[in-house]
Amino acid sequence: MSEIDKMPKKAPFSMQIDLSKFEKATEEEKKQQDVMSESTTFLKDSMRKLFKNPLAVFSIVVLVCIILLIVIAPKVVPYGYSEMLQVNGVRDKTAQNLAPMTYSENELAYMEETGEKLFPHIFGTDELCRDYFIRVVYGTRVSLSVGLFASIIVLIIGVLYGSISGYAGGKTDLIMMRVVDIIYSLPDMLVMILLSVVLKEVMPDMPGVLGKLGSNMIAIFMVFGLLYWVGMARLIRGQILSVKENEYVLAARTIGAKPGRIIRRHILPNCLSVIIITTALQIPSAIFTESFLSFIGLGVQAPMPSLGSLANAARGGLNSYPYKLLFPALMICLIVLALNLLGDGLRDALDPKLRK
Amino acid sequence: MSNEEKNVQKLVEVNGLKQYFPVKSGFGKTIPLKAVDGVSFDIMPGETLGLVGESGCGKTTVGRSILRLYEPTAGEVRYNGELITKKNMAEYRKEMQMVFQDPYSSLNPRMTVEDIIGEPLDVHKLYTSKGERRDKILHLMELVGLNAEHATRYAHEFSGGQRQRIGIARALAVDPKFIVCDEPVSALDVSIQAQVINMFEELQEKLGVAYLFIAHDLLVVHHISNRIAVMYLGKIVEIADADELNDNPMHPYTQSLLSAVPIPDPKIAKAKKRIVLEGDVPSPLKMPSGCAFRTRCKYATERCAQECPNLVDRGNGHKVACFNK
Ligand SMILES: Nc1ncnc2c1ncn2[C@@H]1O[C@H](COP(=O)(O)OP(=O)(O)OP(=O)(O)O)[C@@H](O)[C@H]1O
Ligand SMILES: [Mg+2]
Repeated sequence: MSEIDKMPKKAPFSMQIDLSKFEKATEEEKKQQDVMSESTTFLKDSMRKLFKNPLAVFSIVVLVCIILLIVIAPKVVPYGYSEMLQVNGVRDKTAQNLAPMTYSENELAYMEETGEKLFPHIFGTDELCRDYFIRVVYGTRVSLSVGLFASIIVLIIGVLYGSISGYAGGKTDLIMMRVVDIIYSLPDMLVMILLSVVLKEVMPDMPGVLGKLGSNMIAIFMVFGLLYWVGMARLIRGQILSVKENEYVLAARTIGAKPGRIIRRHILPNCLSVIIITTALQIPSAIFTESFLSFIGLGVQAPMPSLGSLANAARGGLNSYPYKLLFPALMICLIVLALNLLGDGLRDALDPKLRK
Repeated sequence: MSNEEKNVQKLVEVNGLKQYFPVKSGFGKTIPLKAVDGVSFDIMPGETLGLVGESGCGKTTVGRSILRLYEPTAGEVRYNGELITKKNMAEYRKEMQMVFQDPYSSLNPRMTVEDIIGEPLDVHKLYTSKGERRDKILHLMELVGLNAEHATRYAHEFSGGQRQRIGIARALAVDPKFIVCDEPVSALDVSIQAQVINMFEELQEKLGVAYLFIAHDLLVVHHISNRIAVMYLGKIVEIADADELNDNPMHPYTQSLLSAVPIPDPKIAKAKKRIVLEGDVPSPLKMPSGCAFRTRCKYATERCAQECPNLVDRGNGHKVACFNK
């Protein structure tokens, strides 16, 4: 007979606590109180939590798939983004505006003749007889890297500037924030247009990737680096001003922690949710800015595509070829949605109060 | 010579400490808010000095100015005879610590308890290996009565009393000789107050630290302190041994404070007359001339409005700042 069964039984209908529901802690359970569980860092803890969030995992999977696609596809697909289709070394004029997964007349004839299988045009072709799938892949590449780089520039400059301004306070803060006000008042589009014109004059031929992207893209990066960080800097400063008032910051000073450590260990971690959300939203916003600029003809240099310029080009034949708008638009949606969900998940994972 | 010897004995010496905060009064003008206005006292090694006064009288500010969390406007603070008001504080951060008033905002919500208590060890590099760090943290947690399994949890998972213990463990990590305890128990409920106060006493016995124990509850302060200083509007109005102050309060403000202390025995309580102060505390921005307390003092005379009374020794180190009592 176990310990529990020996305990007095509860009378029916009585409000008394049923003692049989309680068990004595075993020696082992008591011991558990005295051992320190494996020490974890805040980061490890947060990552574990992130991977328990289904939406966040879903968005990570989507993003990884997209990245794999833009890395691998150009190696597998035998067409180039600027290459007009050829059959047997001759330009294939019948391959204009093909529907997804179809072949042109010339290609069909060629396959009939040789028995060789040609790589399918997964998304069809455009009006210049270029494979549309590879153009969308390259467009995604361009848009994603524009978004990522622009956001990283904004993140670094904004966080550095904002945290120095907020932490130093007083006169430093006043002067730094007036500089921000001045930059805020500059018209960004005008600066971007002027910069791209000037860059075209000054550096007509740039080597490597930069040259392919064109002076417009460099102007976009520069404008993000010069102008767009101010929003981030303001947000960070405001957040730091409020976090700074907490007594744990005073406590860290009492301990003798240096300002750098205080910013790194105490202030920034408590501004993380704002930083993450803003960055997660900054990437789509940079993608949209680039799309908009491509739309007005200031984006990437043709024939290099971006999702924005592809969508713009698709407007013309919207009635006949709606899928040409659908594919780049779908890609933008996927990227933006995944980034937003990931940002949300990260914010939750980094907040210990939401920890289960 | 004998004076010098005395100086060496004292652990902390505060002399004419003033802390004014600039307050904006519209159109770019600033006026000083005299949060602390000429405070002097000293603390011996291993001693507890209680500091009482109503809300807003500048207790917290005194504590923080001593630790140079604020730059004092005037006055000097000596630690072990060394003037620290003009010095680099880095080396004194190991000697003087603080337990903060608010157990909720004084712990970083994004750090585990282990890291909170370990931070002073990290900053001063007080360990040689990870294992040693862990052992030290465990020892500190045990010292303040926390379980080892609490180490990997975050601050929000704890009750107010447990949080206060974490704060205390953090202060003890560097082995300080002097701790400013800023109302460490006023945010806690009464049953836990007693626990935490007893813990402070035990720690003092074990480690020989000196406390500046700030509170607004005279009962609590009387229980733990060797001496008590009473503050009113940025000034110390009376300072004496704890029992002496309790039995023989001289300043009218102290008398009214003591009369407000609840007494468990109803018979004695009835016999005692409660002195109720008239009027409100004046704003520290518009201090009355002369004695700050005169607007609410029934003994106030002409002289009180013109001169500010200094602390005068009435024997046995019982100092009072009042002309009439
Ligand atoms: N950083 C600051 N800037 C301006 N004024 C301040 C500042 N800190 C405190 N004060 C003012 O100084 C006065 C004293 O504040 P302090 O916090 O020292 O009071 P306290 O005695 O600790 O009160 P409590 O018992 O409520 O904690 C108050 O009038 C307060 O408004
Ligand atoms: Mg206070």
